[in-house]
Amino acid sequence: MRNLALSLSLICLAELVLAFETEDRARFGPDNAEQALKVISTADIGFFEPMITSFLASHPDIAIDYIVASSAELMRAIRDEGHSFDVAISSAMDLQTKLANDGKAQRHSSAVSRSLPGWAVWNDMLFAFTQEPAAIVVSKDAFGDMAIPESRHELISLLRQEPERFRGRVGTYDVRTSGLGYLFATQDTRASETYWRLTEVFGGLETRLYCCSSDMIEAVKSGELLIAYNVLGSYVANRSDRSEFEIVLPSDFTTVMLRTAMIPHNAPSPELSGVFVDHLLDRSHGPDAQPLTHPVIDLNDIEPSVNRIRIGPGLLVFLDQLKKRAFLSEWESAILQK
Amino acid sequence: MTDPLVKGSIRRRLLLSLLAGAAILAIVVYFVVQSVARQVAQESQDNILTASAQSILESARSFGGQINVDLPYSALSMLDSVSDERAFYSIHLEDEFLSGYPDLPAAPGALAGSPAFRSTEFLGEDVRIASVRRSVSTDMGRRFLQVSVAQTLSGQKLTLARFSRTAMGIGAGFFLLSMLLAAIVARSTIRPLHRLTASVSRRGPNDLRPVAAPVPSEMVPLVSSLNTFMNRLQKSLTRSEDFIAEAAHRVRTPLAIVRTKAEIIQRQADDPEIKVALGEMIHAVDDSSRTAGQLLDHAMVTFRLDNLSSEDINLAQLTHDVVERARPMSELKEIDLDTTILDDTTLHGDPILMQNALHNLLDNALKYAPPGASVDVAVTRTPDGARICIRDTGPGFPTGELPSLPDRFIRGDNAKGIVGSGLGLTIVKEVVEAHGGRMETGNNPGGGACVTLHFPSA
Ligand SMILES: Nc1ncnc2c1ncn2[C@@H]1O[C@H](COP(=O)(O)OP(=O)(O)OP(=O)(O)O)[C@@H](O)[C@H]1O
Ligand SMILES: [Mg+2]
Repeated sequence: MRNLALSLSLICLAELVLAFETEDRARFGPDNAEQALKVISTADIGFFEPMITSFLASHPDIAIDYIVASSAELMRAIRDEGHSFDVAISSAMDLQTKLANDGKAQRHSSAVSRSLPGWAVWNDMLFAFTQEPAAIVVSKDAFGDMAIPESRHELISLLRQEPERFRGRVGTYDVRTSGLGYLFATQDTRASETYWRLTEVFGGLETRLYCCSSDMIEAVKSGELLIAYNVLGSYVANRSDRSEFEIVLPSDFTTVMLRTAMIPHNAPSPELSGVFVDHLLDRSHGPDAQPLTHPVIDLNDIEPSVNRIRIGPGLLVFLDQLKKRAFLSEWESAILQK
Repeated sequence: MTDPLVKGSIRRRLLLSLLAGAAILAIVVYFVVQSVARQVAQESQDNILTASAQSILESARSFGGQINVDLPYSALSMLDSVSDERAFYSIHLEDEFLSGYPDLPAAPGALAGSPAFRSTEFLGEDVRIASVRRSVSTDMGRRFLQVSVAQTLSGQKLTLARFSRTAMGIGAGFFLLSMLLAAIVARSTIRPLHRLTASVSRRGPNDLRPVAAPVPSEMVPLVSSLNTFMNRLQKSLTRSEDFIAEAAHRVRTPLAIVRTKAEIIQRQADDPEIKVALGEMIHAVDDSSRTAGQLLDHAMVTFRLDNLSSEDINLAQLTHDVVERARPMSELKEIDLDTTILDDTTLHGDPILMQNALHNLLDNALKYAPPGASVDVAVTRTPDGARICIRDTGPGFPTGELPSLPDRFIRGDNAKGIVGSGLGLTIVKEVVEAHGGRMETGNNPGGGACVTLHFPSA
């Protein structure tokens, strides 16, 4: 009896120790599976499910425990709290790089990983399996027969021409709260000075700030916003009502985020993790790939203007606290125009 | 002749020492190339790290007494440009940590303007660290700002592995080339010795001329002592030949006088016993005189063999002449002397020696065959040269003694009472062999001696 009480309290304790915040959790595969793969991910279950289904089809005796968390929580779970997962998947390339750079990833090399293009692997630790452009999303209905801007320059001049029309109806990421927004913004500043001009124009139009792409998309759909800047194009493309939106990949340059997978250093069964990662990569690259993102967005068409974020220590620069502080204060003064 | 004792081999020793030298050099080359490569790789990595750290240091601004560092993007991205590397940095204002990785150790000894480096392990991997510092002014006076940048070594390790393979290739190639050269050198060093050996062993048995071909300076002492040795040998041989010839010549005249006197006394003597004794004495004198004559001939043959003249000899003609010269003697002994075949053949050599040899053979045939017998001489051309065949119908060679008869002073049982010295066949054999031919002695199936001389074609 005492033993039972003890074990019960231990279980409670274990649950308590799981201090990082999860957003969602699902279990796939047979209940009595011998092996269960614990995957922590920033991607919604719906977005990632096709990959899991196809994996389980070829590995029916494995179960997958899929945990959704924000990128910051994922970082905290692995780096600060030392939880062990078999695979960690995140869209926050900078944080993934930081984890790998700090020795929290283990190396994995296989025939599949060796066949990847150079931009898709870093140090045999990080593996990119999606390419998701930051897009300008426009509501077709609300725009009517107005010319849709194809580049940042066109966007700037449009906003300048008709400030009253767009006042309060333009949205973008709040880079103070959104890691992805910060990543897109910093990469934009690296690529061109236009970003600051655009941000100042946004500031003059009482631009609304959002935490996430999905909120911006909803706002565009509801007519609250006319234009959303730096929205994850793949989120729009994967929606069934995608035809209501115009997804503009700016022709001056299109920042492309790579969703990456890594095998944490303390993964309980690294071989199985490797098998899963290989499956992920195999399905995402090459001519016969079935990527998770809807094929509406084909980067091959705009290859010259594609600005793939390069995985590597360069990404650590904008994580530097001094650098980040300086960037945010500059951004705030541009967008809030205080 | 005893085989010489063998101890070691010059060629092998030469080859081994050359190869050992080459192997040592190859290994040295390998290590030198590798250490140079290591140094170069290390230096280039240090340069990149310094550039990165320096750019961070230069981005630091003093802002109202506060230090503000605007980390340049390239400072870290340049570390990753060639190969994927993990990169770390730390920024300290003296002991106060400003940004980066707080646990990253600094390379000790950095001064303003001169970076310091250090290799250590950080976060589970080998890294190289560069530290730079400069002084900045803060509200607490001038203090130094120190930046350390570190990088993992995977690119450097790859480069080194590649260099190591190259160095290995260079070393192995060097060794192979040296091996080839060593083999050639050893061969060519030994070649003059082989040449000397060949030229000495190619010589005829009586060729004692000095070695005239040019030899390398190291072999000059050997060759000159060989030459003096042969010269001494030649001299002593000539001296003894001269002595024998001289002695034979000096003995002949008194023998002739003794013979004449003995004949005169024999004719005048009445006592049959004395007549018989004198007869035996005359026979012994004949023997001695014949020996002296043959010794002279032999000396002449030896002398001519040393300086063998090489003329075209018409064998048929020469044989015919010798036979005709012997004809008076054959008629005296009522022996039928005949030449059955006289093929037209030529031979290179000394005609006087050939005549002498043939004469000795005819002399034997006429001497040992009884009256009424017949002697037959034939000169035949054969596919590989020429053959001279002299056969008689006499008693033939005493078979038991046949092999030893050509030796000096050896006479057969059948020679009792017949004047002779036992040098005839010796002379024949020497002459024939000096002409590259061979003598065959034997008996005919139907009785009688048969001597065949084989000569190779010129
Ligand atoms: N034609 C022959 N028939 C029989 N026996 C022979 C004949 N020729 C040589 N011999 C034997 O061979 C021996 C050696 O012959 P060789 O010519 O060398 O010496 P020799 O005739 O005795 O003396 P020399 O020729 O010097 O006067 C002779 O003593 C004789 O016994
Ligand atoms: Mg004789």
